[in-house]
Amino acid sequence: MELKLKKVAVRSLLDGDKTSFSDGVLKVNRREIVDMLMKDKRFSSAMVELALPGESTRILPVKDVVEPRCKLEGPGEVFPGFIGDVETVGEGTTLALVGAAVVTCGKIVGFQEGIIDMSGPGAEYTPFSKTLNVVLVVEPVEGLEKHEYESACRLAGLKTAHYLASAAKGATGGEVETYCLPDLAKAMTSFPGLPKVAYLYMLQSQGLLHDTYVYGVDAKRIIPTLIHPNEVMDGAIVSGNCVSACDKNNTYSHQNNPIIHHMYKRHGKDLNFVGCVITNENTTLADKKRSSSYAVKLAKMLGVEGVIISEEGFGNPDTDLIMNCRKAEQSGIKTVLVTDEYAGRDGASQSLADACPEADAVVTAANANEIIVLPRMEKIIGLPDTANVIAGGFQGSLREDGSIEVEIQAITGATSELGFSRIGAYTI
Amino acid sequence: MKYKVVHYINQFFAGIGGEEMAGHKPESRKGFVGPGQAFNAALAPDAEIVGTVICGDTYFADNLEKAEKEVLDLIASFSPDAVVAGPAFNAGRYGTACGAVCEAVRKNLGLPTVSGMYEENPGVDMYRKSTYIARTADSARGMKDAVPAMARLLLKQLKGEPIGKPDDEGYIERGVRVNFFMDKIGAERAVDMFVKKLKGEPFTTEYPMPTFDRVPPNPPVADMKSATIALVTSGGIVPKGNPDHIEASSASKYGEYSLAGVMTINSSTHETAHGGYDPTYANDDPNRVLPVDVMRDLEKEGAFKKFHETFYATVGNGTSVGNARRFGTEIAQKLKDANVDAVIVTST
Repeated sequence: MELKLKKVAVRSLLDGDKTSFSDGVLKVNRREIVDMLMKDKRFSSAMVELALPGESTRILPVKDVVEPRCKLEGPGEVFPGFIGDVETVGEGTTLALVGAAVVTCGKIVGFQEGIIDMSGPGAEYTPFSKTLNVVLVVEPVEGLEKHEYESACRLAGLKTAHYLASAAKGATGGEVETYCLPDLAKAMTSFPGLPKVAYLYMLQSQGLLHDTYVYGVDAKRIIPTLIHPNEVMDGAIVSGNCVSACDKNNTYSHQNNPIIHHMYKRHGKDLNFVGCVITNENTTLADKKRSSSYAVKLAKMLGVEGVIISEEGFGNPDTDLIMNCRKAEQSGIKTVLVTDEYAGRDGASQSLADACPEADAVVTAANANEIIVLPRMEKIIGLPDTANVIAGGFQGSLREDGSIEVEIQAITGATSELGFSRIGAYTI
Repeated sequence: MKYKVVHYINQFFAGIGGEEMAGHKPESRKGFVGPGQAFNAALAPDAEIVGTVICGDTYFADNLEKAEKEVLDLIASFSPDAVVAGPAFNAGRYGTACGAVCEAVRKNLGLPTVSGMYEENPGVDMYRKSTYIARTADSARGMKDAVPAMARLLLKQLKGEPIGKPDDEGYIERGVRVNFFMDKIGAERAVDMFVKKLKGEPFTTEYPMPTFDRVPPNPPVADMKSATIALVTSGGIVPKGNPDHIEASSASKYGEYSLAGVMTINSSTHETAHGGYDPTYANDDPNRVLPVDVMRDLEKEGAFKKFHETFYATVGNGTSVGNARRFGTEIAQKLKDANVDAVIVTST
């Protein structure tokens, strides 16, 4: 399977009479987006705002972030099951508007949405302070159930991302990256001497608004399965999560999964990357046992020597992470884990809810309980009083002067367990 | 302007006397005393020892809360910017006192602190999370190395300079996780580590896994008919009003409570002290967590011989493994002494 990813850089984001893209300038007709979103009868109102790096702007409560992408050639369309039909994606050519992002805002669960600061100390912690953001603030009609609101909000982000990319279909220039992994028969004999490896990709699926979708299917209903990394780039995995903002994998970081990116980079040089196994993080013990055994069995069927395992979320999913690790290592498959930590505000507690001696190679995306003070911003997009109820915030965390004292847990993407940022931790 | 530092030492290092003088009550003196001279030199020119607080080791150990307060007041009277305690080397009571003083200073005065100890000093395990403790030799022969190491750690804190990893800076690992921005993103670090592990090359994990103490279960009770059974809970059920003030999270103690003649418990007699779950149903009927009613029924039916009329309770919510292990050891010993044959441990 071969995918050409045409990456066009967006350098400037402006209002315009017509949504269009040329010479790195993305112009947005906000009215047109509002009209498109309001076709969904589940919304009572929709607003579009622009947020740019360096501005004194705070966005909250953030639900999801999506990179504008669309297909230029090849079968299917991005976000299969939502925008595209449920046909297989990951081949042909896909356009990505790099440097731009669609940010969806809505008070769905209240305490599980995030904060994005476009400048100041908080901006260091989120990747989305560096993107040119088209922010959608959508409110539900009265009486709409939370899961319906989530679904509407999710779709709004995907639609807008596809709409923006589609306006840039004729864009010239940009850089084309080619991603190709052969079929398994060929992969098994490629690069003799290099270790065959896979990526064990854990998806949040605890339910009750802790959900992830694969080709539109709720991941808690799947049995672990194989997925080609190129499918992920085309939006085959979509976030439907309302869990702590710091370490839920938003749709943007699925599309740009940096573990996949770096596995590709070393492919053919240090390792032979044969593909990804996706698995879930369900709440019952039977599901945990079944999924971890099944995922490791798939890795064994592929005959890989090692897997990188990434977690999503924390606490309960720590047990899935450790089960995956232990079962893989006990089958002779070497593991590296990517997680984050909840070591308490003082950093003095045990970081994970579960552990095993086999987990001897761990990369951490930092302690999510660490406190940060986010100074007042001139402009607030969204609903500032939600800071008091966002996970990692606490009653009174929104101060009178407009500053917010929160755990970095509240910042969107702060401790990404896909290893999206440079943050880490050590023991003093 | 120089930073003002107070030095805490025991009666021995103050030259007052050895074990026979260990009951010496807290006192303070202006300027440095004993090893303080070396500290004063090592802290120069940025800081100086403005006062010394002295306390006998036995006095401190025997009057823990009182002594801590007295020492703290004496320290505060100098209005210092920081406190150095010890070094205590391998002297257990002295190390414990140094640790307690540093912890109290940090908590109550919010000042930077440093002590110095041999790694096996019991004060290390008790206080390393609360203060920097420089790694020292096991006796005062190590004073020459201890002083500059401790002075450096204190000055870095005073100046707000970042303190690096334990081995680089010469202090005993505190077990505290701190965040920092690395050169490479997490995914790249993961793939780097992965390649090394696959090649069999050395690599360093970013989070060494804690080792969990796994206890193999005992064999089943052979003769239930003649067994005495007790209840123990980490679900926080305590007599109404929580008389021992067991903390809602990070419990530092457990309670021991009588059930003599008690056939059942209810919302007016018992409640939960636990802060980690919705207490509505536990408070509504505490038997849901501590099943006294069912135990009494079974006792009456003869399922076992006797229900032990004392229960033990703590809160298992963020409670440190160290405390939990201590509670378990003590409770088990008490149950054994009372000839209890088996115990039902309930959690939440």
